[in-house]
Amino acid sequence: MKKIAVASGKGGTGKTSVSVMLARALGENHRVGIIDCDVENPNCHLFFGSGIEEKRDIEVFFPDINPEKCVYCGRCQEVCAFNSLIVLKDKVMFFPEMCHPCRGCLLACPAGAVGEGKRKVGELIILKETDGIRLVYGIMNVGEARSIPLIDSVKKESCAGADYIVLDCPPGAACPMVASVKGSDYVILVTEPTPFGLYDLKIAAEAVGKLGIPSGIVINRSGARDHMIEEYAAAAGMPVLLKIPFSRKFAEDYSRGSINTRAFEGLGVRINKMAEGL
Amino acid sequence: MKEILVISGKGGTGKTTITAALASLYRDIVVADCDVDAPDLHILLKPEITERETFYGGKLAVIERDKCTKCGKCRELCQFDAVSGSYDIDAGSCEGCGVCGWNCPEKAIKMVQKKSGESYISGVRCGTMVHALLDPGEENSGKLVAEVKKKAKALAAGRSSAILLVDGPPGIGCPVIASLGGADTALIVTEPSKSGIHDMERVINVAEHFKVPVKVIINKFDINRVNTGEIEKYLEKRKIEVLGKIPFSEKFDSALKQAKTINEFDPGCAEAKMVEEIKIRMESGSQAR
Ligand code: SF4
Ligand code: SF4
Ligand code: SF4
Ligand code: SF4
Repeated sequence: MKKIAVASGKGGTGKTSVSVMLARALGENHRVGIIDCDVENPNCHLFFGSGIEEKRDIEVFFPDINPEKCVYCGRCQEVCAFNSLIVLKDKVMFFPEMCHPCRGCLLACPAGAVGEGKRKVGELIILKETDGIRLVYGIMNVGEARSIPLIDSVKKESCAGADYIVLDCPPGAACPMVASVKGSDYVILVTEPTPFGLYDLKIAAEAVGKLGIPSGIVINRSGARDHMIEEYAAAAGMPVLLKIPFSRKFAEDYSRGSINTRAFEGLGVRINKMAEGL
Repeated sequence: MKEILVISGKGGTGKTTITAALASLYRDIVVADCDVDAPDLHILLKPEITERETFYGGKLAVIERDKCTKCGKCRELCQFDAVSGSYDIDAGSCEGCGVCGWNCPEKAIKMVQKKSGESYISGVRCGTMVHALLDPGEENSGKLVAEVKKKAKALAAGRSSAILLVDGPPGIGCPVIASLGGADTALIVTEPSKSGIHDMERVINVAEHFKVPVKVIINKFDINRVNTGEIEKYLEKRKIEVLGKIPFSEKFDSALKQAKTINEFDPGCAEAKMVEEIKIRMESGSQAR
Protein backbone atom coordinates (compact mmCIF):
# COMPACT_ATOMS: atom_id res chain seq x y z
CA MET A 1 0.00 0.00 0.00
CA LYS A 2 1.30 3.42 -0.98
CA LYS A 3 0.34 6.56 0.86
CA ILE A 4 0.32 9.86 -1.01
CA ALA A 5 -0.34 13.04 0.96
CA VAL A 6 -1.70 16.11 -0.79
CA ALA A 7 -0.86 19.28 1.11
CA SER A 8 -0.33 23.00 0.62
CA GLY A 9 0.80 25.88 2.77
CA LYS A 10 -1.82 28.23 1.49
CA GLY A 11 -5.47 27.29 1.70
CA GLY A 12 -7.69 27.28 -1.34
CA THR A 13 -5.00 26.29 -3.83
CA GLY A 14 -6.94 23.26 -5.01
CA LYS A 15 -5.72 20.55 -2.65
CA THR A 16 -9.08 18.87 -2.50
CA SER A 17 -9.54 18.97 -6.29
CA VAL A 18 -6.11 17.40 -6.78
CA SER A 19 -6.82 14.73 -4.14
CA VAL A 20 -10.10 13.80 -5.76
CA MET A 21 -8.70 13.82 -9.30
CA LEU A 22 -5.70 11.76 -8.23
CA ALA A 23 -7.88 9.22 -6.43
CA ARG A 24 -10.15 8.91 -9.46
CA ALA A 25 -7.19 8.46 -11.80
CA LEU A 26 -5.68 5.80 -9.55
CA GLY A 27 -9.13 4.27 -9.09
CA GLU A 28 -9.28 3.28 -12.74
CA ASN A 29 -6.81 0.46 -12.13
CA HIS A 30 -6.48 0.19 -8.36
CA ARG A 31 -8.42 0.13 -5.14
CA VAL A 32 -8.07 3.53 -3.54
CA GLY A 33 -8.88 5.07 -0.21
CA ILE A 34 -9.13 8.82 0.34
CA ILE A 35 -8.57 10.01 3.88
CA ASP A 36 -9.67 13.59 4.41
CA CYS A 37 -7.43 14.80 7.23
CA ASP A 38 -8.78 18.35 7.08
CA VAL A 39 -11.07 17.62 10.02
CA GLU A 40 -11.70 21.32 10.70
CA ASN A 41 -13.21 21.81 7.27
CA PRO A 42 -13.52 18.51 5.42
CA ASN A 43 -14.54 19.04 1.78
CA CYS A 44 -13.76 15.85 -0.15
CA HIS A 45 -17.16 14.32 0.60
CA LEU A 46 -18.85 17.23 -1.19
CA PHE A 47 -17.58 15.69 -4.43
CA PHE A 48 -18.94 12.21 -3.73
CA GLY A 49 -22.58 11.33 -3.94
CA SER A 50 -22.31 8.03 -2.11
CA GLY A 51 -24.13 7.36 1.14
CA ILE A 52 -22.65 6.84 4.58
CA GLU A 53 -21.52 3.33 5.38
CA GLU A 54 -20.37 3.90 8.92
CA LYS A 55 -20.29 6.72 11.43
CA ARG A 56 -18.76 6.72 14.87
CA ASP A 57 -17.76 9.10 17.60
CA ILE A 58 -14.19 10.19 18.11
CA GLU A 59 -13.46 10.51 21.80
CA VAL A 60 -10.57 11.63 23.95
CA PHE A 61 -9.71 11.18 27.61
CA PHE A 62 -10.85 13.75 30.13
CA PRO A 63 -10.45 13.75 33.92
CA ASP A 64 -13.80 12.68 35.33
CA ILE A 65 -13.38 13.89 38.89
CA ASN A 66 -15.34 12.19 41.62
CA PRO A 67 -16.29 14.81 44.25
CA GLU A 68 -16.85 12.07 46.84
CA LYS A 69 -13.21 11.03 46.68
CA CYS A 70 -11.49 14.36 45.94
CA VAL A 71 -9.67 15.95 48.87
CA TYR A 72 -8.94 19.21 47.00
CA CYS A 73 -5.22 18.88 47.52
CA GLY A 74 -4.38 20.67 44.27
CA ARG A 75 -1.91 18.08 43.02
CA CYS A 76 -3.68 17.66 39.66
CA GLN A 77 -3.51 21.39 38.98
CA GLU A 78 0.17 21.35 39.85
CA VAL A 79 1.08 18.67 37.29
CA CYS A 80 -1.20 19.93 34.52
CA ALA A 81 1.10 21.68 32.06
CA PHE A 82 -1.79 23.21 30.13
CA ASN A 83 -3.68 25.05 32.88
CA SER A 84 -6.79 23.04 32.24
CA LEU A 85 -7.52 22.31 35.90
CA ILE A 86 -8.13 24.77 38.71
CA VAL A 87 -8.67 23.40 42.19
CA LEU A 88 -10.83 25.52 44.48
CA LYS A 89 -11.78 24.95 48.12
CA ASP A 90 -14.62 22.62 47.30
CA LYS A 91 -14.57 22.30 43.53
CA VAL A 92 -12.27 21.31 40.68
CA MET A 93 -12.85 23.26 37.49
CA PHE A 94 -11.93 21.65 34.16
CA PHE A 95 -11.40 23.55 30.90
CA PRO A 96 -11.72 20.98 28.13
CA GLU A 97 -10.45 23.22 25.31
CA MET A 98 -7.07 23.55 27.05
CA CYS A 99 -6.56 19.85 27.80
CA HIS A 100 -4.00 17.84 25.82
CA PRO A 101 -5.12 14.51 27.16
CA CYS A 102 -1.83 13.53 28.82
CA ARG A 103 -3.40 11.72 31.81
CA GLY A 104 -0.99 13.45 34.16
CA CYS A 105 -3.79 14.35 36.55
CA LEU A 106 -4.99 10.75 36.67
CA LEU A 107 -1.48 9.51 37.49
CA ALA A 108 -0.90 12.22 40.07
CA CYS A 109 -4.09 12.16 42.12
CA PRO A 110 -3.29 10.69 45.56
CA ALA A 111 -6.97 10.03 46.33
CA GLY A 112 -7.92 8.06 43.22
CA ALA A 113 -10.50 10.75 42.47
CA VAL A 114 -9.68 11.17 38.79
CA GLY A 115 -11.67 8.75 36.69
CA GLU A 116 -11.28 7.72 33.08
CA GLY A 117 -13.72 10.06 31.31
CA LYS A 118 -14.45 10.02 27.58
CA ARG A 119 -15.38 13.19 25.75
CA LYS A 120 -16.66 13.36 22.18
CA VAL A 121 -14.61 15.72 20.02
CA GLY A 122 -16.01 14.84 16.62
CA GLU A 123 -17.13 12.09 14.28
CA LEU A 124 -15.49 9.70 11.88
CA ILE A 125 -17.46 8.96 8.73
CA ILE A 126 -16.86 6.33 6.07
CA LEU A 127 -18.69 6.59 2.76
CA LYS A 128 -19.80 3.59 0.72
CA GLU A 129 -17.28 2.56 -1.87
CA THR A 130 -17.94 3.99 -5.36
CA ASP A 131 -15.87 3.32 -8.47
CA GLY A 132 -13.24 1.57 -6.38
CA ILE A 133 -12.82 4.57 -4.06
CA ARG A 134 -13.53 4.61 -0.36
CA LEU A 135 -13.66 7.93 1.46
CA VAL A 136 -12.94 8.33 5.17
CA TYR A 137 -13.25 11.70 6.84
CA GLY A 138 -13.45 13.23 10.25
CA ILE A 139 -15.39 16.24 11.37
CA MET A 140 -14.34 18.18 14.44
CA ASN A 141 -16.97 19.55 16.79
CA VAL A 142 -17.40 23.31 16.70
CA GLY A 143 -15.57 24.88 19.64
CA GLU A 144 -12.88 22.20 19.88
CA ALA A 145 -9.33 23.50 19.61
CA ARG A 146 -7.22 20.43 18.93
CA SER A 147 -7.59 18.57 15.68
CA ILE A 148 -4.71 16.12 16.23
CA PRO A 149 -6.76 13.36 17.95
CA LEU A 150 -9.21 13.43 15.05
CA ILE A 151 -6.45 13.35 12.46
CA ASP A 152 -4.89 10.35 14.23
CA SER A 153 -8.27 8.58 14.27
CA VAL A 154 -9.02 9.00 10.58
CA LYS A 155 -5.48 8.00 9.67
CA LYS A 156 -5.82 4.78 11.67
CA GLU A 157 -8.79 3.76 9.53
CA SER A 158 -7.03 1.14 7.49
CA CYS A 159 -8.95 1.20 4.19
CA ALA A 160 -8.23 -2.54 4.09
CA GLY A 161 -7.20 -3.86 0.72
CA ALA A 162 -6.47 -0.46 -0.79
CA ASP A 163 -3.46 -0.22 -3.11
CA TYR A 164 -3.23 3.53 -2.66
CA ILE A 165 -4.24 5.92 0.07
CA VAL A 166 -4.61 9.58 -0.82
CA LEU A 167 -4.53 11.90 2.20
CA ASP A 168 -6.08 15.34 1.78
CA CYS A 169 -4.23 17.37 4.43
CA PRO A 170 -5.20 20.56 6.28
CA PRO A 171 -3.70 23.82 5.01
CA GLY A 172 -0.79 25.58 6.68
CA ALA A 173 2.47 24.23 7.97
CA ALA A 174 1.74 23.81 11.66
CA CYS A 175 1.12 20.67 13.71
CA PRO A 176 -2.15 19.56 12.01
CA MET A 177 -0.47 19.52 8.60
CA VAL A 178 2.58 17.68 9.94
CA ALA A 179 0.45 15.13 11.80
CA SER A 180 -1.44 14.42 8.56
CA VAL A 181 1.59 14.12 6.30
CA LYS A 182 3.67 12.01 8.70
CA GLY A 183 4.08 8.39 7.61
CA SER A 184 3.24 8.92 3.95
CA ASP A 185 5.47 7.79 1.11
CA TYR A 186 5.17 10.89 -1.00
CA VAL A 187 3.86 14.42 -0.58
CA ILE A 188 2.29 16.45 -3.35
CA LEU A 189 2.37 20.17 -2.59
CA VAL A 190 -0.31 22.07 -4.46
CA THR A 191 0.37 25.72 -5.11
CA GLU A 192 -0.57 28.58 -7.39
CA PRO A 193 1.75 30.95 -9.26
CA THR A 194 1.14 34.01 -7.07
CA PRO A 195 3.41 35.58 -4.42
CA PHE A 196 1.05 34.13 -1.76
CA GLY A 197 1.29 30.67 -3.28
CA LEU A 198 5.08 30.78 -3.55
CA TYR A 199 5.66 32.05 -0.01
CA ASP A 200 3.40 29.44 1.57
CA LEU A 201 4.84 26.70 -0.64
CA LYS A 202 8.31 27.40 0.75
CA ILE A 203 7.08 27.12 4.34
CA ALA A 204 5.18 23.91 3.63
CA ALA A 205 8.16 22.41 1.79
CA GLU A 206 10.35 23.18 4.80
CA ALA A 207 7.93 21.40 7.14
CA VAL A 208 7.80 18.37 4.82
CA GLY A 209 11.57 18.45 4.36
CA LYS A 210 12.04 18.16 8.14
CA LEU A 211 10.14 14.86 7.98
CA GLY A 212 12.38 13.58 5.20
CA ILE A 213 9.55 12.60 2.87
CA PRO A 214 10.10 13.08 -0.90
CA SER A 215 7.80 15.64 -2.45
CA GLY A 216 6.77 17.23 -5.71
CA ILE A 217 4.74 20.22 -6.82
CA VAL A 218 1.46 20.67 -8.65
CA ILE A 219 0.89 24.16 -10.05
CA ASN A 220 -2.79 24.96 -10.07
CA ARG A 221 -4.26 27.91 -12.00
CA SER A 222 -1.11 27.74 -14.05
CA GLY A 223 -0.40 30.47 -16.55
CA ALA A 224 2.05 33.18 -17.53
CA ARG A 225 3.75 33.33 -14.14
CA ASP A 226 4.59 29.66 -13.59
CA HIS A 227 8.28 30.54 -13.71
CA MET A 228 7.99 31.89 -10.13
CA ILE A 229 7.24 28.41 -8.89
CA GLU A 230 9.47 26.63 -11.41
CA GLU A 231 12.52 28.61 -10.37
CA TYR A 232 11.92 27.74 -6.74
CA ALA A 233 11.25 24.08 -7.59
CA ALA A 234 14.49 23.82 -9.55
CA ALA A 235 16.51 25.41 -6.75
CA ALA A 236 14.89 23.16 -4.14
CA GLY A 237 15.32 20.06 -6.32
CA MET A 238 11.60 19.34 -6.35
CA PRO A 239 9.91 18.13 -9.55
CA VAL A 240 6.90 19.95 -10.99
CA LEU A 241 4.54 17.01 -11.44
CA LEU A 242 1.64 18.67 -13.13
CA LYS A 243 0.23 22.01 -14.19
CA ILE A 244 -3.49 22.64 -14.18
CA PRO A 245 -4.34 25.64 -16.35
CA PHE A 246 -6.49 28.38 -14.94
CA SER A 247 -10.04 28.09 -16.16
CA ARG A 248 -13.14 29.91 -15.12
CA LYS A 249 -15.11 26.86 -16.24
CA PHE A 250 -13.21 24.67 -13.77
CA ALA A 251 -13.94 27.15 -10.96
CA GLU A 252 -17.61 27.17 -11.89
CA ASP A 253 -17.79 23.36 -11.97
CA TYR A 254 -16.01 23.21 -8.64
CA SER A 255 -18.45 25.68 -7.13
CA ARG A 256 -21.24 23.23 -7.95
CA GLY A 257 -19.43 20.32 -6.32
CA SER A 258 -18.15 18.76 -9.50
CA ILE A 259 -14.60 18.18 -10.60
CA ASN A 260 -14.46 17.44 -14.27
CA THR A 261 -11.08 16.43 -15.57
CA ARG A 262 -12.59 15.90 -18.99
CA ALA A 263 -13.20 19.62 -19.25
CA PHE A 264 -9.54 19.94 -20.13
CA GLU A 265 -7.76 18.58 -23.07
CA GLY A 266 -5.54 15.83 -21.77
CA LEU A 267 -5.68 16.68 -18.04
CA GLY A 268 -7.09 13.26 -17.13
CA VAL A 269 -4.32 11.56 -19.09
CA ARG A 270 -1.65 13.69 -17.44
CA ILE A 271 -2.99 12.97 -13.97
CA ASN A 272 -2.95 9.25 -14.73
CA LYS A 273 0.63 9.57 -15.87
CA MET A 274 1.56 11.48 -12.74
CA ALA A 275 -0.18 8.90 -10.53
CA GLU A 276 1.59 5.99 -12.17
CA GLY A 277 4.90 7.83 -11.91
CA LEU A 278 4.80 8.35 -8.15
CA MET B 1 -11.48 50.84 19.56
CA LYS B 2 -13.24 48.14 17.58
CA GLU B 3 -11.47 44.91 16.77
CA ILE B 4 -12.47 43.34 13.47
CA LEU B 5 -11.30 39.83 12.71
CA VAL B 6 -11.36 38.65 9.10
CA ILE B 7 -11.73 34.88 8.75
CA SER B 8 -13.00 32.45 6.15
CA GLY B 9 -12.93 28.84 7.32
CA LYS B 10 -11.82 27.75 3.87
CA GLY B 11 -8.55 29.13 2.55
CA GLY B 12 -8.20 30.94 -0.73
CA THR B 13 -11.44 32.90 -0.57
CA GLY B 14 -9.57 36.23 -0.75
CA LYS B 15 -9.42 36.97 2.95
CA THR B 16 -5.94 38.47 2.92
CA THR B 17 -6.49 40.44 -0.30
CA ILE B 18 -9.58 42.06 1.20
CA THR B 19 -7.98 42.68 4.61
CA ALA B 20 -5.04 44.43 2.96
CA ALA B 21 -7.34 46.49 0.75
CA LEU B 22 -9.34 47.64 3.76
CA ALA B 23 -6.16 48.44 5.68
CA SER B 24 -4.81 50.53 2.80
CA LEU B 25 -7.75 52.90 3.16
CA TYR B 26 -6.38 54.09 6.52
CA ARG B 27 -3.43 56.26 7.45
CA ASP B 28 -2.68 55.22 10.98
CA ILE B 29 -4.23 51.83 11.59
CA VAL B 30 -2.93 48.80 13.45
CA VAL B 31 -3.23 45.59 11.46
CA ALA B 32 -2.37 42.14 12.74
CA ASP B 33 -1.72 38.93 10.84
CA CYS B 34 -2.89 36.02 12.97
CA ASP B 35 -2.30 33.41 10.27
CA VAL B 36 1.00 32.59 11.92
CA ASP B 37 1.89 29.34 10.17
CA ALA B 38 1.34 30.60 6.62
CA PRO B 39 1.14 34.39 6.84
CA ASP B 40 0.57 36.29 3.61
CA LEU B 41 -0.43 39.81 4.59
CA HIS B 42 3.21 40.96 4.55
CA ILE B 43 3.40 40.26 0.82
CA LEU B 44 0.95 43.09 0.15
CA LEU B 45 1.83 45.41 3.02
CA LYS B 46 5.64 45.03 2.89
CA PRO B 47 6.35 45.58 6.59
CA GLU B 48 9.64 47.00 7.79
CA ILE B 49 10.40 45.24 11.01
CA THR B 50 11.20 47.50 13.95
CA GLU B 51 10.95 45.00 16.80
CA ARG B 52 11.27 41.23 16.94
CA GLU B 53 10.77 38.79 19.77
CA THR B 54 11.49 35.08 20.02
CA PHE B 55 8.44 32.98 20.75
CA TYR B 56 8.69 30.10 23.19
CA GLY B 57 5.63 28.01 22.54
CA GLY B 58 5.89 25.27 25.04
CA LYS B 59 8.23 22.80 26.63
CA LEU B 60 10.09 19.84 25.29
CA ALA B 61 11.33 16.78 27.18
CA VAL B 62 15.04 15.99 26.97
CA ILE B 63 16.50 12.71 28.28
CA GLU B 64 19.89 12.89 29.94
CA ARG B 65 21.67 9.84 28.55
CA ASP B 66 24.02 9.24 31.47
CA LYS B 67 21.19 9.05 34.00
CA CYS B 68 18.72 6.99 31.95
CA THR B 69 18.53 3.24 32.72
CA LYS B 70 16.19 2.52 29.81
CA CYS B 71 13.50 1.31 32.21
CA GLY B 72 10.75 2.13 29.72
CA LYS B 73 8.51 4.11 32.06
CA CYS B 74 8.50 7.29 29.94
CA ARG B 75 7.65 5.37 26.79
CA GLU B 76 4.81 3.60 28.53
CA LEU B 77 3.27 6.78 29.95
CA CYS B 78 3.65 9.18 27.03
CA GLN B 79 0.23 9.57 25.41
CA PHE B 80 1.69 11.13 22.27
CA ASP B 81 4.13 8.44 21.08
CA ALA B 82 6.96 10.91 21.45
CA VAL B 83 9.51 8.51 22.98
CA SER B 84 11.20 6.17 20.50
CA GLY B 85 12.42 2.63 21.13
CA SER B 86 15.94 3.96 21.49
CA TYR B 87 14.73 6.55 24.03
CA ASP B 88 14.98 9.57 21.82
CA ILE B 89 12.30 12.22 22.15
CA ASP B 90 10.70 13.21 18.88
CA ALA B 91 10.50 16.99 19.19
CA GLY B 92 7.68 17.07 16.65
CA SER B 93 5.43 14.79 18.69
CA CYS B 94 6.28 15.89 22.24
CA GLU B 95 3.50 18.08 23.60
CA GLY B 96 5.52 19.13 26.62
CA CYS B 97 3.09 17.71 29.15
CA GLY B 98 5.93 16.77 31.49
CA VAL B 99 4.38 13.45 32.53
CA CYS B 100 7.51 11.50 31.58
CA GLY B 101 9.61 13.92 33.61
CA TRP B 102 7.98 13.62 37.01
CA ASN B 103 7.48 9.87 36.60
CA CYS B 104 11.05 8.99 35.63
CA PRO B 105 12.52 6.99 38.54
CA GLU B 106 16.01 8.26 37.73
CA LYS B 107 15.04 11.92 37.33
CA ALA B 108 16.72 11.69 33.94
CA ILE B 109 14.27 13.91 32.06
CA LYS B 110 14.51 17.67 31.90
CA MET B 111 11.86 19.95 30.47
CA VAL B 112 13.33 22.74 28.35
CA GLN B 113 11.77 25.78 26.70
CA LYS B 114 11.20 25.27 23.03
CA LYS B 115 11.67 28.14 20.59
CA SER B 116 8.92 27.80 18.05
CA GLY B 117 8.72 31.09 16.21
CA GLU B 118 9.09 34.83 16.23
CA SER B 119 6.75 37.79 16.47
CA TYR B 120 7.28 41.22 14.92
CA ILE B 121 6.15 44.81 15.10
CA SER B 122 6.62 46.63 11.81
CA GLY B 123 5.95 49.86 10.03
CA VAL B 124 3.66 49.68 6.99
CA ARG B 125 2.28 52.27 4.53
CA CYS B 126 -1.02 52.46 6.40
CA GLY B 127 0.30 52.40 9.96
CA THR B 128 1.68 49.59 12.08
CA MET B 129 1.57 45.86 11.60
CA VAL B 130 1.96 43.11 14.17
CA HIS B 131 2.78 39.71 12.74
CA ALA B 132 4.58 36.47 13.47
CA LEU B 133 6.01 33.36 11.96
CA LEU B 134 5.67 29.94 13.53
CA ASP B 135 8.59 27.64 12.77
CA PRO B 136 7.47 25.09 10.18
CA GLY B 137 5.76 22.09 11.74
CA GLU B 138 5.50 23.61 15.22
CA GLU B 139 2.52 23.57 17.53
CA ASN B 140 1.09 26.15 19.90
CA SER B 141 -0.01 28.43 17.09
CA GLY B 142 -2.92 29.51 19.32
CA LYS B 143 -0.50 30.84 21.88
CA LEU B 144 1.44 32.79 19.26
CA VAL B 145 -1.83 34.21 17.92
CA ALA B 146 -2.71 35.36 21.44
CA GLU B 147 0.66 37.08 21.70
CA VAL B 148 0.22 38.87 18.36
CA LYS B 149 -3.22 40.04 19.43
CA LYS B 150 -2.01 41.28 22.79
CA LYS B 151 0.66 43.42 21.15
CA ALA B 152 -1.70 44.70 18.47
CA LYS B 153 -4.27 45.70 21.06
CA ALA B 154 -1.76 47.58 23.15
CA LEU B 155 -0.60 49.50 20.07
CA ALA B 156 -4.10 50.19 18.79
CA ALA B 157 -5.19 51.63 22.13
CA GLY B 158 -3.14 54.76 21.45
CA ARG B 159 -4.14 55.29 17.83
CA SER B 160 -6.38 57.71 16.04
CA SER B 161 -8.12 55.09 13.91
CA ALA B 162 -11.01 53.44 15.65
CA ILE B 163 -10.34 50.03 14.12
CA LEU B 164 -7.96 47.18 14.81
CA LEU B 165 -7.98 44.98 11.74
CA VAL B 166 -6.93 41.35 12.12
CA ASP B 167 -6.28 38.87 9.32
CA GLY B 168 -7.26 35.54 10.83
CA PRO B 169 -6.12 31.97 10.22
CA PRO B 170 -8.03 29.33 8.22
CA GLY B 171 -9.96 26.49 9.82
CA ILE B 172 -11.92 26.40 13.07
CA GLY B 173 -9.30 25.08 15.51
CA CYS B 174 -7.02 26.55 18.14
CA PRO B 175 -5.57 29.50 16.18
CA VAL B 176 -9.07 30.60 15.12
CA ILE B 177 -10.39 30.28 18.65
CA ALA B 178 -7.44 32.32 19.92
CA SER B 179 -8.13 34.96 17.23
CA LEU B 180 -11.78 35.25 18.24
CA GLY B 181 -10.85 36.10 21.84
CA GLY B 182 -11.87 39.73 22.39
CA ALA B 183 -12.92 40.41 18.77
CA ASP B 184 -15.91 42.72 18.32
CA THR B 185 -16.86 41.46 14.87
CA ALA B 186 -15.94 38.40 12.84
CA LEU B 187 -15.94 39.43 9.20
CA ILE B 188 -16.24 36.24 7.19
CA VAL B 189 -15.06 36.20 3.60
CA THR B 190 -16.72 33.40 1.67
CA GLU B 191 -17.09 32.35 -1.94
CA PRO B 192 -20.11 30.74 -3.58
CA SER B 193 -18.66 27.26 -3.98
CA LYS B 194 -20.08 24.20 -2.26
CA SER B 195 -17.01 23.96 -0.06
CA GLY B 196 -16.95 27.70 0.58
CA ILE B 197 -20.52 27.56 1.87
CA HIS B 198 -19.88 24.44 3.95
CA ASP B 199 -16.85 26.04 5.59
CA MET B 200 -18.61 29.38 6.08
CA GLU B 201 -21.39 27.70 8.03
CA ARG B 202 -18.86 26.02 10.29
CA VAL B 203 -16.87 29.16 10.96
CA ILE B 204 -20.08 31.12 11.67
CA ASN B 205 -20.96 28.47 14.23
CA VAL B 206 -17.55 28.78 15.87
CA ALA B 207 -17.78 32.59 16.02
CA GLU B 208 -21.26 32.42 17.51
CA HIS B 209 -20.15 29.70 19.93
CA PHE B 210 -17.66 32.21 21.31
CA LYS B 211 -20.29 34.97 21.15
CA VAL B 212 -18.62 37.09 18.48
CA PRO B 213 -21.12 38.78 16.10
CA VAL B 214 -20.71 37.85 12.44
CA LYS B 215 -20.85 39.76 9.15
CA VAL B 216 -20.14 38.37 5.70
CA ILE B 217 -18.48 39.41 2.46
CA ILE B 218 -19.24 37.25 -0.58
CA ASN B 219 -16.18 37.25 -2.80
CA LYS B 220 -16.19 36.09 -6.45
CA PHE B 221 -19.99 36.17 -6.16
CA ASP B 222 -20.48 35.90 -9.92
CA ILE B 223 -18.67 32.54 -10.18
CA ASN B 224 -21.95 30.92 -9.21
CA ARG B 225 -24.95 33.21 -8.82
CA VAL B 226 -27.26 30.39 -7.76
CA ASN B 227 -25.02 29.58 -4.83
CA THR B 228 -24.66 33.29 -4.03
CA GLY B 229 -28.44 33.48 -3.83
CA GLU B 230 -28.43 30.53 -1.47
CA ILE B 231 -25.81 32.13 0.75
CA GLU B 232 -27.88 35.30 0.96
CA LYS B 233 -31.01 33.38 1.86
CA TYR B 234 -29.15 31.39 4.47
CA LEU B 235 -27.66 34.53 6.03
CA GLU B 236 -31.00 36.27 6.06
CA LYS B 237 -32.45 33.38 8.00
CA ARG B 238 -29.65 33.64 10.53
CA LYS B 239 -30.00 37.43 10.60
CA ILE B 240 -26.45 37.98 9.44
CA GLU B 241 -25.63 41.10 7.46
CA VAL B 242 -23.89 40.89 4.06
CA LEU B 243 -21.40 43.76 4.04
CA GLY B 244 -20.68 43.48 0.36
CA LYS B 245 -20.36 41.33 -2.74
CA ILE B 246 -17.23 41.45 -4.86
CA PRO B 247 -17.06 40.01 -8.39
CA PHE B 248 -14.38 37.71 -9.71
CA SER B 249 -11.85 40.08 -11.26
CA GLU B 250 -8.41 39.77 -12.81
CA LYS B 251 -7.70 43.22 -11.35
CA PHE B 252 -6.89 41.80 -7.93
CA ASP B 253 -4.28 39.61 -9.50
CA SER B 254 -2.76 42.47 -11.47
CA ALA B 255 -2.55 44.51 -8.25
CA LEU B 256 -0.95 41.61 -6.38
CA LYS B 257 1.68 41.35 -9.13
CA GLN B 258 2.82 44.84 -8.13
CA ALA B 259 2.42 44.08 -4.41
CA LYS B 260 -0.35 46.66 -4.20
CA THR B 261 -3.86 46.47 -2.86
CA ILE B 262 -6.69 47.05 -5.27
CA ASN B 263 -7.30 50.52 -3.79
CA GLU B 264 -3.70 51.52 -4.35
CA PHE B 265 -3.52 49.93 -7.79
CA ASP B 266 -6.58 51.58 -9.29
CA PRO B 267 -8.47 53.68 -6.71
CA GLY B 268 -11.11 54.66 -9.21
CA CYS B 269 -12.14 51.17 -10.31
CA ALA B 270 -15.44 49.56 -9.41
CA GLU B 271 -13.78 46.92 -7.22
CA ALA B 272 -11.93 49.56 -5.18
CA LYS B 273 -15.18 51.46 -4.67
CA MET B 274 -16.78 48.28 -3.35
CA VAL B 275 -14.02 47.91 -0.80
CA GLU B 276 -14.59 51.52 0.28
CA GLU B 277 -18.28 50.84 0.74
CA ILE B 278 -17.48 47.77 2.81
CA LYS B 279 -15.18 49.88 4.98
CA ILE B 280 -17.97 52.38 5.65
CA ARG B 281 -20.45 49.66 6.57
CA MET B 282 -17.85 47.89 8.67
CA GLU B 283 -17.17 51.06 10.68
CA SER B 284 -20.75 52.16 11.12
CA GLY B 285 -21.63 48.75 12.50
CA SER B 286 -25.12 49.38 11.18
CA GLN B 287 -27.36 46.39 11.43
CA ALA B 288 -28.98 45.96 8.04
CA ARG B 289 -32.04 44.47 9.64
S1 SF4 C 1 -5.34 15.60 42.78
FE1 SF4 C 1 -7.15 14.39 43.09
S2 SF4 C 1 -7.72 14.82 45.17
FE2 SF4 C 1 -6.27 16.36 44.64
S3 SF4 C 1 -7.54 18.05 43.92
FE3 SF4 C 1 -7.02 16.86 42.13
S4 SF4 C 1 -8.69 15.42 41.91
FE4 SF4 C 1 -8.83 16.24 43.94
S1 SF4 D 1 -5.16 15.13 31.04
FE1 SF4 D 1 -3.31 16.37 31.21
S2 SF4 D 1 -3.89 18.31 30.26
FE2 SF4 D 1 -5.77 17.22 30.66
S3 SF4 D 1 -6.41 17.96 32.63
FE3 SF4 D 1 -5.22 16.13 33.02
S4 SF4 D 1 -3.17 16.87 33.37
FE4 SF4 D 1 -4.26 18.55 32.42
S1 SF4 E 1 11.71 6.80 32.55
FE1 SF4 E 1 13.69 7.76 32.86
S2 SF4 E 1 15.08 6.09 33.25
FE2 SF4 E 1 13.24 5.19 32.41
S3 SF4 E 1 13.65 5.07 30.24
FE3 SF4 E 1 12.64 6.99 30.54
S4 SF4 E 1 14.27 8.46 30.85
FE4 SF4 E 1 15.17 6.46 31.07
S1 SF4 F 1 6.67 15.65 27.88
FE1 SF4 F 1 4.77 14.51 27.56
S2 SF4 F 1 4.61 14.40 25.36
FE2 SF4 F 1 6.71 14.95 25.78
S3 SF4 F 1 7.76 13.01 25.82
FE3 SF4 F 1 7.19 13.48 27.91
S4 SF4 F 1 5.25 12.43 28.19
FE4 SF4 F 1 5.61 12.53 26.00
